Amino acid sequence: MLKIKDLYASVEGMEILKGINLEVKPGEVHAIMGPNGSGKSTLANVLAGKEDYEITNGEVVFEGEDLLEKSPEERAKEGIFLSFQYPVEIPGVPMVNFLKTSVNEHRKHKGLKELTAGEFLKLMREKMDLVDMHTKLTNRMVNEGFSGGEKKKNEIFQMALLEPKLAILDETDSGLDIDALKTVANGVNALKSPERSTIVVTHYQRLLDYIVPDFVHILYQGKIVKTAGKELAFQLEEKGYDWIKSENGN
Amino acid sequence: MEEQDKILNDVTQGEYKYGFVTDIETDIIDKGLNEDVIRLISAKKEEPEFMLNFRLEAYRKWLKMKMPNWAYLKVPPIDFQAISYYAAPKKGPKYESLDEVDPELLDTFNKLGIPLEEQKHLAGVAVDAVIDSVSVKTTFKDTLAEKGIIFCSFSEAVKDHPDLVKKYLGQAVPVADNYFAALNSAVFSDGSFCYIPKGVRCPMELSTYFRINAANTGQFERTLIVADDDSYVSYLEGCTAPMRDENQLHAAVVEIIALDRAEVKYSTVQNWYPGDKNGKGGIYNFVTKRGVCRGVSSKISWTQVETGSAITWKYPSCILMGDNSIGEFNSVAVTNNHQQADTGSKMIHIGRNTKSTIVSKGISAGKSENSYRGLVKVMPKATNSRNFSQCDSLLLNDTCGAHTFPYIEVGNKSSVVEHEATTSKIGEDQIFYCNQRGIDTETAIGMIVNGYAKEVLNKLPMEFAVEAQKLLQISLEGSVG
Ligand SMILES: Nc1ncnc2c1ncn2[C@@H]1O[C@H](COP(=O)(O)OP(=O)(O)OP(=O)(O)O)[C@@H](O)[C@H]1O
Ligand SMILES: [Mg+2]
Repeated sequence: MLKIKDLYASVEGMEILKGINLEVKPGEVHAIMGPNGSGKSTLANVLAGKEDYEITNGEVVFEGEDLLEKSPEERAKEGIFLSFQYPVEIPGVPMVNFLKTSVNEHRKHKGLKELTAGEFLKLMREKMDLVDMHTKLTNRMVNEGFSGGEKKKNEIFQMALLEPKLAILDETDSGLDIDALKTVANGVNALKSPERSTIVVTHYQRLLDYIVPDFVHILYQGKIVKTAGKELAFQLEEKGYDWIKSENGN
Repeated sequence: MEEQDKILNDVTQGEYKYGFVTDIETDIIDKGLNEDVIRLISAKKEEPEFMLNFRLEAYRKWLKMKMPNWAYLKVPPIDFQAISYYAAPKKGPKYESLDEVDPELLDTFNKLGIPLEEQKHLAGVAVDAVIDSVSVKTTFKDTLAEKGIIFCSFSEAVKDHPDLVKKYLGQAVPVADNYFAALNSAVFSDGSFCYIPKGVRCPMELSTYFRINAANTGQFERTLIVADDDSYVSYLEGCTAPMRDENQLHAAVVEIIALDRAEVKYSTVQNWYPGDKNGKGGIYNFVTKRGVCRGVSSKISWTQVETGSAITWKYPSCILMGDNSIGEFNSVAVTNNHQQADTGSKMIHIGRNTKSTIVSKGISAGKSENSYRGLVKVMPKATNSRNFSQCDSLLLNDTCGAHTFPYIEVGNKSSVVEHEATTSKIGEDQIFYCNQRGIDTETAIGMIVNGYAKEVLNKLPMEFAVEAQKLLQISLEGSVG
């Protein structure tokens, strides 16, 4: 599904990703952990196509096609979803309009008929049931005045609506209380299927109790320095990052 | 950034949909301005003496005035002798039945989305259609007449209701109020007149649609709205012009008089041709709009969406004379490419307990300059008065400018005036967020800008709001870079 080969990316002349290699197969869940500033969000943003980053080397193949060639909206419509670490507020734009536009752009891309307002509302209710989030947030403006936790839940709800092939969840668990964490994790699990893959960026092992990863990677100074099964997350929880740092010459 | 630059180049810049010219026979008088021209206009319109005197007085005062230069605008010199001051479709000044209307003209208004056939028209909107200098058709006149409402072209009002015109003309905007108002008073050709009698709530939206068609002419129309005691009316104004390489002058005057407890809502969607992306052509829009809340507890609100014109100079104002009267100004002004806008409002508090609000949302793109200019003046006797002003500017790039010039004078201690201002740049993060949800940059900008302007757009009547939203999006096509 996704193949990242020797990927280097920099921002404002500063190299942040320094040779990332990663393969994600259909149905797999990959966790990416690593200290602050190691480049996790950068990787997520580069995959989603944020323009601030310059790709200096490497390639990314998604579903057999060169991903880096495509615009952010094309990537989105072809099935890449990014749950943002910090979802932005768009004042004055109703959530419902935003979501309807988004869903219909995806449908157009797939050659499906656009949904009418009525059909869309029905779909929204179905998805609310699916991820068990009966929020009133959809009556508000995009992320405006949402609490940190509400923003994160709202991201997962959008994911449910858009049914991506590859979901990248950037610290979707941070700032969530225990109940919200479960809701979010259940939401993610409800959408799980043999075709859909997930990359979970997190600092805490706790989330991985709910969203069980097939692989855990440690990103450090722009490189994946360690890959193992879910037990790696426990090790990190116990020992912190010092041993990784010393293993890597710091 | 690259992607956005590409879009900038790809999109045929903010295509103006209304740029066509209608091929109709036009009666145009020779270029130039002098007393004979004014007499000729007055004669063509078969006006009574008082109108000619009004015009001549204005003209004589205008001769002694200078073009204002205090606005944040670069206005090329205007040669007032190179303009023709009267142009009218030839077939006669006014059509009683649609069968008489030149099919080309009907077609023009159809293309503009303003069908003149009543049965086809948006339910509940009466239209006065003005092309070049004259009103060609007013719809729903009879329906309105049943309630005693007078809605007709200004020329007809002068003929059929001279007493009303004489009583109120120049009451809100005196002949020599300013350079462009004086010019308008001297040469105005037509416009709309509206009188709502005591206690009547106008059952439909009234609207005037202005269209410039002829070349080398100026458009000088005049609107007068009088709302008698306890009446209500909502009034809409729309306008477009063909695309031409030379600039054309539009200098209109709108006067509103609200008597005791009357309420007038005046909404404008201004979409005059803005010029091309290099700043060639476009309308010079110098407009004086003023309402007087003469009666107690009366209310006048101005809502404007300004997307057109090469130059906009416009300050819809309220003079709050009656105690407890209320003035409102809500504005969205978009400038793109080389457009310049200096627009805002004046709120003059004279009566006690008067209230006013100003909400101004400026959106600048391209190499445009967008200024808010406002005056809030509370007279010493206007005790317990309130004003709240909110002026926001949104910049779409680094090459455009946004400026705010608020003037505040408070003459007593019991009144409160508040002013808030913000300037922000459209967020790349917001655009990326939309992109990540499959929404392209053009659509995203349209959405973000509409969200930003929502507070004002919400004040527009329904049909207009939808139109205005689309317009905002079109005006900004290809504007981010
Ligand atoms: N647009 C940008 N401009 C400048 N520096 C940036 C930009 N984006 C990322 N960086 C820098 O790149 C480095 C990696 O940032 P990134 O956000 O990817 O880290 P992270 O691993 O997600 O950290 P955290 O765990 O704190 O979220 C940081 O030093 C950050 O300051
Ligand atoms: Mg991060």
